[in-house]
Amino acid sequence: MTGGREHSLMRAAVLGVPWLWLSAFILLPFSIVVAISLSVATDAQPPYVFGPVLDNYRLIVEDTLYLAALGNAIRIAATSSVVCLFIGYPMAYAIARAQPRWRGPLLALVILPFWTSFLIRIYAWMTLLRPTGLINQVLIDLGIIDAPLQLMNNAFAVHLGIIYAYLPFMILPLYASIERLDPSLLEAAADLGSRPWRRFLSVTLPLTLPGIVAGTLLVFVPAVGEFVIPELLGGPDTPMIGRLLWTEFFNNRDWPVAASIAVALTALLVVPVAILQHMLAPREEAREVNP
Amino acid sequence: MTHRLAGGLLIALGLGYTFLYLPILLLIVFSFNESRLVTVWTGFSTKWYGELLRNERILDAAWLSLIVAACSATLAVAIGTLAGVALARYGRFRLRWLFAGLLAAPLIMPEVITGLSLLLMFVSMDQVVGWPASRGFGTIVVAHATLSTAFVAVIVQARLAGFDRAVEEAAADLGARPATVFWRITLPLIAPALVAGWLLAFTLSLDDVVIASFVAGPGTTTLPLVIFSSVRLGLSPQVNALAAIIVLVVSVLAAVAAWANRGRFA
Repeated sequence: MTGGREHSLMRAAVLGVPWLWLSAFILLPFSIVVAISLSVATDAQPPYVFGPVLDNYRLIVEDTLYLAALGNAIRIAATSSVVCLFIGYPMAYAIARAQPRWRGPLLALVILPFWTSFLIRIYAWMTLLRPTGLINQVLIDLGIIDAPLQLMNNAFAVHLGIIYAYLPFMILPLYASIERLDPSLLEAAADLGSRPWRRFLSVTLPLTLPGIVAGTLLVFVPAVGEFVIPELLGGPDTPMIGRLLWTEFFNNRDWPVAASIAVALTALLVVPVAILQHMLAPREEAREVNP
Repeated sequence: MTHRLAGGLLIALGLGYTFLYLPILLLIVFSFNESRLVTVWTGFSTKWYGELLRNERILDAAWLSLIVAACSATLAVAIGTLAGVALARYGRFRLRWLFAGLLAAPLIMPEVITGLSLLLMFVSMDQVVGWPASRGFGTIVVAHATLSTAFVAVIVQARLAGFDRAVEEAAADLGARPATVFWRITLPLIAPALVAGWLLAFTLSLDDVVIASFVAGPGTTTLPLVIFSSVRLGLSPQVNALAAIIVLVVSVLAAVAAWANRGRFA
């Protein structure tokens, strides 16, 4: 064992550097957030004094503003995820069933918007949806409407923005699971007299369920905490929890309340999703090994 | 069986790609519009490109963003690679669940929480140990590297999982030291993952507005921060021109990447 000492040194470095980084920039920051969520807001610099008190948590539970914003965010994220699934599934299916030489370019076309700026893609919809925007102008010029429709600063625009921005995240895992599907299973079902819709519902759909779950999570999770889209496309009737956290921090300078929203959102959203992913992960690995 | 669906599937594809691309294409078309009103066409003009290229604020911000993205991507690749190797090769080390959980946190955490927690940490650190005395370049690089490390680690771990450990063990059996095995065997094997991870980290940094809003100082404005503040105020033809340039650059890079990888998909 000549390399034994060197081996353990190597191991210490490979484990130690990431451990240090994760402790300093993820564990420590979140511990500080928890500490500040138990503090009292003051006019000092920085604007809080450590309690520990539970007042901030009492506030976000008792004042309906916060729960309403959370419920609204979850509702908008869920609706958008479902719409993404209905748009994304046929697209992913078509790409996976296309001729092999077309699959690469077609997938690249799905990913390409992701590499262009997120902000600019949302800005693109602002230019379309505004009262003086393109859609209203075309409708007025065609004589379909007399006055511009309110297409922006409402729940419709927030849904549209989320669906547009996150659709690629839905298509990619769906494609991966549809492409892996063994065609002989469908042929067997067909030989046994199963009709196309029945084959889809009882073979394709259950076997691509991991892709459906992965894609839905990839859209739903970031959408719940979304700030930029409700800020640019939303209005007063679309409070979302991520935007509320931002307002508490930057506009109201209430660090303890912002911190307690962060802790509550982590407990309600991040932890369940992490557990769900953990439960799904081993099955995925087993599937990787089999073929 | 698939042929019967082909018509409907083609329509779905066509509508889907139209949805994804039409807004961007219209944005580019209207970047050549003479009018300041963006969506009212008055004539062809390239004047907004001229104004954009004379806009020092945007040029400085773009330059800063590129440097921040390059630095944070390099840092993220260094740390993410070590973390990926640890997860793929060190089995059940102590507190692995915590390690994996902390690593994956930025993947699931809403950006507002990542940004808030990093800012509060920087403020507290400044009070206790006097670092960082001012927020700016350094804090944005650290914050972006923290976000991207998780993505790099996932890519590296997936690449390593696909490789037989026997090659590394063979090298060790033949007398190669652990560090030599790492530099001569493991790193070359995962090189494509490192390139992919670096590019992804670079893009994430270049695209981030939320985390940068929290951790940037008054003097350091990245490109997304400039775009965000101008877009919040309303439409701006210069943003259209900038969008056209970004789409052009990304398309050219994608075409080059596709050309470099030609034949690999088939």
